[in-house]
Amino acid sequence: MAIPTSGFTGRRQNRDADLPPGQYLTDSFPVLSAGPTPHVLLADWTFRIDAGAGEAHQWTWDQLQALPQEDITTDIHCVTHWSKLGTRWRGVSLDTLFEDVESDAEYTMVHSYGGYTTNVPLDDLLDGKAWIVHEFDGEPLAPAHGGPARLLVPHLYFWKSAKWVNGIRLMEQDLPGFWETNGYNMYGDPWREERYW
Amino acid sequence: MKRTWQVVEVSAVRPETARARTVRLRFPDAVVGVPGQHVDLRLTAEDGYQAVRSYSVAAWVPPRELELTVEELDDGEVSPFLVGVLSVGDQLEVRGPVGGWFTWTPDLAGPLQLIAGGSGVVPLMAMLRSHSEARSAAPTRLLYSVRSPEHVFYRGELAVIEQEDTQVMIDIAYSREAPDGQRVGRLTHEAVTASCFPPADAPAIYICGSTGFVEAVAAWLVEDGHDAGRIRTERYGG
Repeated sequence: MAIPTSGFTGRRQNRDADLPPGQYLTDSFPVLSAGPTPHVLLADWTFRIDAGAGEAHQWTWDQLQALPQEDITTDIHCVTHWSKLGTRWRGVSLDTLFEDVESDAEYTMVHSYGGYTTNVPLDDLLDGKAWIVHEFDGEPLAPAHGGPARLLVPHLYFWKSAKWVNGIRLMEQDLPGFWETNGYNMYGDPWREERYW
Repeated sequence: MKRTWQVVEVSAVRPETARARTVRLRFPDAVVGVPGQHVDLRLTAEDGYQAVRSYSVAAWVPPRELELTVEELDDGEVSPFLVGVLSVGDQLEVRGPVGGWFTWTPDLAGPLQLIAGGSGVVPLMAMLRSHSEARSAAPTRLLYSVRSPEHVFYRGELAVIEQEDTQVMIDIAYSREAPDGQRVGRLTHEAVTASCFPPADAPAIYICGSTGFVEAVAAWLVEDGHDAGRIRTERYGG
């Protein structure tokens, strides 16, 4: 039950925007990360899908660039309450990357350079719902925003869109990643306000 | 930790600078948390419009109170209200405290390196206060970068902590205007290195400030040989 706060009127900036509960609009692009920014050379960069039972699929930077590229325009929502509308990205659909992957696993752990991890159900990565992106607003993705490449899963809170991504491991059972062991929700649906625990 | 929104009452306010003030909130029941955590505040207008923001806890005042320090942002929607309008006796809603990463507790014995840019000092001050109250033996340094002497939060208390807590050393670096005889200018790599424990001491490092500040300082420390896995960061604004 909400109580009015005496004297607070607010600025109503998002009256006409369709925002998840508790979110406010920003035009800037805040940077959030748990530690220093890793700087990864393109020559060293790889992305790997580990399907278990010894089956692995791996791409170099050039191999990723050779795959079909998609332009994505989407809204993003951070658990720290900001939302940014109409962000423009370019990258490769996870549907493309998972084309030859055989597995019955339902869960994934996303891994990053620097050691970050986050868990996402496999269904939430497929059917046009997620990408490995390497451009933002027509420019190469800056290191502070996860460059050279990050995961983009816009329908979940943005901590699931792992920066500096280098791999996805399929799992039989759901396990918490970095923020999920530090108090954040296992799934993270912004429209249901699944922020903590 | 509380998942749900609780109604709290403002029990005290006091100015920190011309544009920042500390707000003390009284909870209905005991509130437990650790230094470095934050709370979500929810403000509701008469017509039901709501705004939610996160603020770091500056001080824990057991059993039922905690303090936030809020700096007014030029284009802010919530901070000008918290700094300029909110009064003792007003009620608002709080969720939390939350956060399990950017935290420090006095049972951690190793060297503690705190680095703040501007209002980024707030969660680090909670750690410093906890260090002093617990008489922690952890050798501790705070490097606090700020525009000018008028922008320093907790000035008097920092001086007292440095004098009374023999494990704590504090360096304030002024970027625009400094007291007489002190260096002025943007923080440099050399100045950061000189004000921090060396990598051989393996300090736990907490950096909080604007994105540009945190990016620069964290990169210098990694360059100096500090283990990236020991550096925790929190970025304000953006």
